[in-house]
Amino acid sequence: MEQALREEKALLLSGNQAAAYGAYLSRVQVIAAYPITPQTTIIETLADIMTKADWKHKFINVESEHSAMACCIGASMGGVRAYTATSAQGLALMHELLHWASGARLPIVLVNVNRAMAPGWSIWSDQNDSLSQRDTGWIQLYCESPQEVLDTVIQGFMVAEKVNVPVMVVEDAFILSHTSEVVELPDQAVIDRMLPPRAPAFRLDMEQPAAFGGLLGPEYYQEVRAKLHKAMEEAGRVLVNVDALWQKNFGRSYGIVEPYRCEDADLVLVTSGAISSTSKIVIDQLRRQGRKIGRLKIKLFRPFPFQEIQRLLGDVPKVAIIDRNCSYGHHGIFFQEIKSALYGSKKGDRPKLYGYILGLGGRDVTINTLRQVIDLTSERDEPDPETIWVK
Amino acid sequence: MIEIRIHGRGGQGAVVASSLLAKAYAYEGFHVQAFPEFGVERRGAPVLSFIRVDEKPIRLRTKVYQPNHIIVLDSALLKFIDVTAGLDPNGIIILNSPLKPGEVKLNGSWIVATVNASEIAAECGIGTATSPIANTAILGAYARAVPLLPLMSVTKAIEETFGGKSRNNLMAVEKAFENTALPSNFVAEALEAYYQIR
Repeated sequence: MEQALREEKALLLSGNQAAAYGAYLSRVQVIAAYPITPQTTIIETLADIMTKADWKHKFINVESEHSAMACCIGASMGGVRAYTATSAQGLALMHELLHWASGARLPIVLVNVNRAMAPGWSIWSDQNDSLSQRDTGWIQLYCESPQEVLDTVIQGFMVAEKVNVPVMVVEDAFILSHTSEVVELPDQAVIDRMLPPRAPAFRLDMEQPAAFGGLLGPEYYQEVRAKLHKAMEEAGRVLVNVDALWQKNFGRSYGIVEPYRCEDADLVLVTSGAISSTSKIVIDQLRRQGRKIGRLKIKLFRPFPFQEIQRLLGDVPKVAIIDRNCSYGHHGIFFQEIKSALYGSKKGDRPKLYGYILGLGGRDVTINTLRQVIDLTSERDEPDPETIWVK
Repeated sequence: MIEIRIHGRGGQGAVVASSLLAKAYAYEGFHVQAFPEFGVERRGAPVLSFIRVDEKPIRLRTKVYQPNHIIVLDSALLKFIDVTAGLDPNGIIILNSPLKPGEVKLNGSWIVATVNASEIAAECGIGTATSPIANTAILGAYARAVPLLPLMSVTKAIEETFGGKSRNNLMAVEKAFENTALPSNFVAEALEAYYQIR
């Protein structure tokens, strides 16, 4: 690693800087973005790279996130590679156009820095912003390290352009976005082979005028949407292949889910985002005490990895699901999703599911927080009917 | 794992110092993390930044609660902030101050090293004469008080970060290294502390 650092094949980068380098290495052609804490340093880093590197691109200054996504949509329809980044209220303001991007089947990549929704104003991490966009037809990928953010932005374009569905890469505010680590830069020549220039079958072209996004009657609309659903399902398989190629070329991969010491476990902790990283320490501590406890990280949230969840959790007696989010009046959102994946998955006993909401608005999720979740799960034979809010 | 906390004020360069220190440790083959206090920053208000250093990849993604080393960029903070909060009993404090270690009022078993980093920064023309920026100079004192980190890695981190503009900062770092005041029984204690936190 230090050798790579000395040769500048690796840099000390925060999650946000890594997100910017991911766009640069993907040879993004159009960036349209509006600054919002904690996303701003992505834009600053892009500006910094632009001044130093030979990078043929256009950066469009916009007056809102709604316009940022509109510009990305226009650029992507023109056939070029488009990228943006935002957070919380900014993502919410894009909502209408998120539907448009996926409905028009445009392979845009957006980095969302998970930030709690206001009010009260918060700039700190939780997942309600991105999870509120669950049904917009965007692939969603949750990362746990700056390296994973960089790799996932590039992988995101590879997947998006294969299935023509936009990708949202998600990282935790501050815990990842502002935390610097040594990040390896994948070789540009290898990336160029894996991600060649975009060549869409259809695009806005002055030579061959055509209209897009027109009126679509009841006789076709449903079929078009079924195709989006199908492409979304295909995206999961494409990502598995892209990730395998990544392993082959760069010696690292992430999986669409990542089981950690789940073999023979009688209790599995389900996590997403940066908590997945800290939770490994807790699992190691408990394994040393002889306790059979594992951890399953969900990286791919849309399309939801039903088969992997059924395969890895189907025979586990107890599953504790951590949600840094809440679907008010229901449960944590990962809890709902896991529950729906396991219902009807097999005959006989299904795992007992224990739901926990914690870390909202950036409250620090420590080793003790996670130990508490495991203790609460171990000591109860039956889950509480209500989700438990852990301080 | 070693955890380091830097105390400063908005505008004094605590965040840049954390990134330089992390880079310096990375050149030595360690895994590192550097991050600011997760919040809003205002010029002049007290701020924190953090570094983690380990031989293994760092999985811990929480705030730092029990640091091993403390760097204080502005000794006036001592009047109203407990800079030793959570500090390892064998910890090391590097303080920007004209005082000698024995004159600093900090009660505990810690090793206290001092350096007049502001004066050195002013002499080297970093910042202005009335408000010098001591964030690089103090790293020279850190390298002196923490033998684990060679001065050469600190200077390399500065050269890599500032490029052609590094000259004054390199001068300040070396001057601070030479002029760091350490406790009389320093070397043995520092090594002992170092092996305990390793």
